[in-house]
Amino acid sequence: MEEKHSEVPRTMKITMPASAGTMESGDIMIEIEPGEQREVEVVLKSSVANEFGKQIVATIRRAVEEFGLEYAVINAVDKGALDCTIRARVAAACQRATASDGFDWGKRA
Amino acid sequence: MLFVPGNNPGMMSDAHIYGSDALMFDLEDSVTLREKDAARLLVYHALKTIHYGECERVVRVNPLSTPFGKLDIEAMVAAGAEVIRLPKTETAQDILDTEAEIERAEQKYGIPVGQTRMMAAVEGALGVVNAYKIASASPRLVAIALGAEDYCANLKTSRSLEGSELQYARGAIVVAARAAGIDCIDTVFSDVNNEEQLVKETRMIKQLGFDGKSVINPRQIKPVHRVFTPTHEEIVKAQRILAASEEAAARGSGVVALDGKMIDRPVVIRAERTLELAYASRAVFEEDEV
Amino acid sequence: MTRDQAFYSALSALNKPAYVPGENKRLYDKDTSPLKNRMARENKIVESLEKAVELSGLQNGMTISFHHHFRDGDHIVNMVVDTLARMGFRDLRLAPSSLSDVHAPLIQHIKNGVISHIETSGCRGALAKAVSQGLMDQPMIFRSHGGRAAAIEEDEIHIDVAFLGASSCDPFGNANGYSREGEEKSMCGSLGYARVDAQYADNVIVLTDNIVGYPNVPFGISQRLVDYIVCVDDVGDASKIMTGATRFSTNPHDLMIAEATSNVIVHSGYFYDGFSLQTGSGGASLSVTRFLREAMIEKNIHASFALGGITGAMVKLLEEGLVSRLLDVQSFDLDAALSLKNNRFHQQIDANYYANPYRRGAAVNQLDVVVLSALEVDTNFNVNVLTGSDGIIRGAVGGHPDTAAGAALAIVVCPLMRGRMPSVRDHVNTIVTPGDTVDVLVTDQGIAVNPKRPEVAERLEKAHLKVTPIEELARRAERITGKPDPLPFGDKIVGVCTYRDGSVLDLIRNIT
Repeated sequence: MEEKHSEVPRTMKITMPASAGTMESGDIMIEIEPGEQREVEVVLKSSVANEFGKQIVATIRRAVEEFGLEYAVINAVDKGALDCTIRARVAAACQRATASDGFDWGKRA
Repeated sequence: MLFVPGNNPGMMSDAHIYGSDALMFDLEDSVTLREKDAARLLVYHALKTIHYGECERVVRVNPLSTPFGKLDIEAMVAAGAEVIRLPKTETAQDILDTEAEIERAEQKYGIPVGQTRMMAAVEGALGVVNAYKIASASPRLVAIALGAEDYCANLKTSRSLEGSELQYARGAIVVAARAAGIDCIDTVFSDVNNEEQLVKETRMIKQLGFDGKSVINPRQIKPVHRVFTPTHEEIVKAQRILAASEEAAARGSGVVALDGKMIDRPVVIRAERTLELAYASRAVFEEDEV
Repeated sequence: MTRDQAFYSALSALNKPAYVPGENKRLYDKDTSPLKNRMARENKIVESLEKAVELSGLQNGMTISFHHHFRDGDHIVNMVVDTLARMGFRDLRLAPSSLSDVHAPLIQHIKNGVISHIETSGCRGALAKAVSQGLMDQPMIFRSHGGRAAAIEEDEIHIDVAFLGASSCDPFGNANGYSREGEEKSMCGSLGYARVDAQYADNVIVLTDNIVGYPNVPFGISQRLVDYIVCVDDVGDASKIMTGATRFSTNPHDLMIAEATSNVIVHSGYFYDGFSLQTGSGGASLSVTRFLREAMIEKNIHASFALGGITGAMVKLLEEGLVSRLLDVQSFDLDAALSLKNNRFHQQIDANYYANPYRRGAAVNQLDVVVLSALEVDTNFNVNVLTGSDGIIRGAVGGHPDTAAGAALAIVVCPLMRGRMPSVRDHVNTIVTPGDTVDVLVTDQGIAVNPKRPEVAERLEKAHLKVTPIEELARRAERITGKPDPLPFGDKIVGVCTYRDGSVLDLIRNIT
């Protein structure tokens, strides 16, 4: 197996739409698909939209950008997930969408 | 040790509040094949972000023989897990192979080499036969555990309430653990509603010499703790034995006596252990002693 | 002098008229028919609700009241208001003891101008959401049970007509929340809140689906207070009024909190033979009973009484002899209702007896310990049980501030967070119970004691129960969840939350 497979290449391309997460309480369902524009567009539905909506969108956007994706549309349905869960679900969706298991495990979280 | 499935974010966020001594995050049997990648990320992020208080954080990774094991180990070491638990351990070589992966990851992520500990779960006949070799295979190994479900299947028998089919395995694992100087942990009791039987089984395995037991539901934590907590009489007796031992040492004598009887060294050691357990389970408090 | 002459001359000195057989007006002509014939002819039963309303003299702008003992299975409020709407009434002031999900149809009546004011203990579901969004011109007034009872007694709420549902009623108005004959279709146990309305309302109409024989004693509501009786098909939906015994929670968070609370009580200094107790009706606050019972048995401690909000769990303690008496203003489950019906030491009490703020003898003032739940608690120990963390009305004030003020030790229980929402925070959305009266907070991640009660903190620390400053709990929650953004409230006042004495504790603004 290659040594490099756990490092993230510079910019990645989404090869297929993918999703991660469930609708269970405390979780967030992330669906990711390629976007037309060079931006990360996030559409959020959340049970705590008023109180944490801005924070959740920011967390999702940051996690997608850190993964190395620039053209993406995210549809998220949140059931009160904590930030660490959101980051994990976004990373999983990104991995699945780019058919890679690359991730920078050494990054400061 | 409370078992926490690795694909359930709701449970992971506050698993430490129930007061178990250790938390075992599972990437193996409780996670479906399709979700192995997502579970690995969930546990990684949880370990790096959530403050689990005084609970020891153990992660059960997938075996190296699967496509997931290597990346599991790398991610969990990077996340700072205290203990990597290896399922279905059969030979000492399994331990050595895992240790090599752990060391690679420690070096890659700047973690002091040797800091990550290991735990081996024996879940089959071969593992029981090799128990001592496994238990002494690495200085990183802190405990050896029994996984009964797969073991019974391997033995071509079924699980019973009184557990006669596990007798040999339990005995072998305790002996191996003691010979190698590490801890031994008994298997889970799956009937969450049958507290009476849980207590009965825990008493039995405590008598066999086990240091602890895995649990699958927070409700099981207290009953197991209670079994392992020394009684008031045991504590008082242990305190008196230790007092007698200290008094003899102060006199410069190697002969310890209490109530007109001679106390052997093993008895003193057992009393020390009883008090350790008593403090650990908050049955007594050091500041309360007169 | 003859006997007669002597009589009449003595009488003139007394200046009182003499009784003349055959001439004096009888109060009423003697009815010589047997009771069963009499009862059929002369009674308070009126042929229809409309007729009863006419007889009561209800006018536009008047105040009508209801009780909430039928909870989410209630049919009475909707049935009566529908009828009043059809009869053309407008601008009515609704003063129920509380409102539930089932009362959503009131939204239409409010829009049509049938109802223009509402004063209640609580409001839920679609109606609450609509009110939060600004449905009504006048704000909804919220009072505690004790506050409402006092307001009625002091005539601050003047009830013109009370419409009181009953599980059984005899033709002269002796009414009960259970039945001793006929079909027991809709048992509710105590009629504690209804009794206050019956006592003070100008007109009392009892609605029942079960007319029973005279006299329906022991009675919950005395015949002397009832003016008219209307027989209806169903006063409520039994399956939604109450179910079997309320089950203890199996949620591990609730159990942790319940056990910790029990430990707090045991070491608080208020756990002694003869102590008194009130607990909540669900979740962690109900499950406390389960753990406390073990401690009571182990230390041979009995409670002199339990107050509530009575559930099957308390009934069990009564039957086991661990509690001597039960004082019941509201029965929460079938076990409690049956016990009220059959056990003479399970006493039905009204809301004034329970919690009137101006009476020293009110039952809440005789409490040692009360365990209350909370939606939110702030770092000053103020509690919110009325609005959700989304700012929408969804609960009830109930007896929360009453019991907190009356008990020697008021313990509030809630998990540190619910999902991503912190329950312990810097400010609550609505202050329902002032922190002055809240002594201890028990969460699943720590216990906090109000700085006003240092002796309690000391006792707990001595018993090796760790006490954490409440600010630290709030910070811990915030670290995990992140800091919530402030809610986008509007400027319209949709609710006024009052304290027991009528003073305003907090205002609820509109939100979408």
